[in-house]
Amino acid sequence: MCLAIPGKVVSVEEAEDLTLRRAKVDFSGVQKDICLAFTPEAKPGDYVLVHVGFALSVIDEDEAQQIFRDLERMEELADEVP
Amino acid sequence: MKFLDEYRDPEAVARLASAIRKRVTRPWTLMEICGGQTHTILKSGLPDLLPPEISLLHGPGCPVCVTPVELIDRAVAIAARPEVIFTSFGDMLRVPGSSRSLFNAKAGGADVRIVYSPLDAVKLARANPSREVVFFAVGFETTAPANAMAVWQAAREGLRNFSVLVAHVLVPPAMEAILSAPDCRVNAFLAAGHVCTVMGYQEYEPIAARYRVPIVVTGFEPVDLLEGIHMAVQQLESGRAEVENQYSRSVRRDGNLPARQRIAEVFEISPRCWRGIGEIPASGLRLREPYRAFDAESRFAMEGLRSFESPECIAGLVLRGVKKPHECPAFGTLCTPESPLGAPMVSSEGACAAYHQYARHARSLRSA
Ligand code: SF4
Repeated sequence: MCLAIPGKVVSVEEAEDLTLRRAKVDFSGVQKDICLAFTPEAKPGDYVLVHVGFALSVIDEDEAQQIFRDLERMEELADEVP
Repeated sequence: MKFLDEYRDPEAVARLASAIRKRVTRPWTLMEICGGQTHTILKSGLPDLLPPEISLLHGPGCPVCVTPVELIDRAVAIAARPEVIFTSFGDMLRVPGSSRSLFNAKAGGADVRIVYSPLDAVKLARANPSREVVFFAVGFETTAPANAMAVWQAAREGLRNFSVLVAHVLVPPAMEAILSAPDCRVNAFLAAGHVCTVMGYQEYEPIAARYRVPIVVTGFEPVDLLEGIHMAVQQLESGRAEVENQYSRSVRRDGNLPARQRIAEVFEISPRCWRGIGEIPASGLRLREPYRAFDAESRFAMEGLRSFESPECIAGLVLRGVKKPHECPAFGTLCTPESPLGAPMVSSEGACAAYHQYARHARSLRSA
């Protein structure tokens, strides 16, 4: 039930009342109309994590890469220690 | 899909598994909280990649599974009323009540509809002013902001034919209940990344300190789970018990503030009964006073509901991580996904369903 999936914000429908801000979000070719009430900072091009019709967070690209940088470092360390 | 595929990369999975093998010196038992994580773990065969020292227990993180049978019976009774359109997420429909599920009610003519979002239920109420639209508001903290928003919008529009049957549960009190049980075997938790996306992880800090248990906020893909396990093992091996955040691409320490505010405005904390576990104080949400008019339980008050559970089902022990699904005598024989005795065999996040689907032949199951 806590399933939430990342999708790309294609376009934002601005609204004076922030709770009514909505977006078209693309999930591998399927577009859905998503509520942005909880992610007022989301803009086209961002990836958002969507759960039951609401974006719950804007995915942080830099943090997303961290694990792969850590893995490289682990590999380098392993090479140094024979 | 970006942000999914790279976290399923077999090479990264193998490297992390090897890092865990190198670090482990002693047996440790870890519990993943969320049923979605349980499914990833079994589907991608992670138990077979882990060293034998690491055991994974599956936690209570399936809101469908912990919804008390009494509430399912109530839902079925409300759905059977002719004026009602009963709306719910799909996973609730096949959960067995004392005698009937919502799916049985629908087959018997009740107007039960699956919705993708609680806002769809509000839309139905708007479009059907002569009917009563009831939404089954089930879920953890992840789902609470959406359900709060539905009630808030209905209130703002003055919709009088909309109500919610609330079965909201909270994760931290359930973790404490597990940790304080005398038969607790958990050395570390993988906390649920989407719950923490909403709530942040400050609430976990006192739990980690009080019970000396590492808690790692973890995502849902194989790479996430192995990195979470690696972080937990490093803490255990070095004697630390802290809250760490593996899922930093989505989770911030304070969580999502607008979402938390909306929850706090509509809901307040209350005691809740958990199916198979019993009542846990301050472990659920109910509507706050100004929103009580939207409470389906009082709008459709009913007497004389008597509920009972299948005596064979050991879901309570499974949900607390004391037993594994295949240790249940009914598993795969009396109880199957086609004819489930308990909710964990039904839900897409239930541990029994996950074992039945993926792990019937795996080493993890035979040696567990
Ligand atoms: S296998 Fe079926 S009967 Fe046994 S605990 Fe799981 S849901 Fe209950």
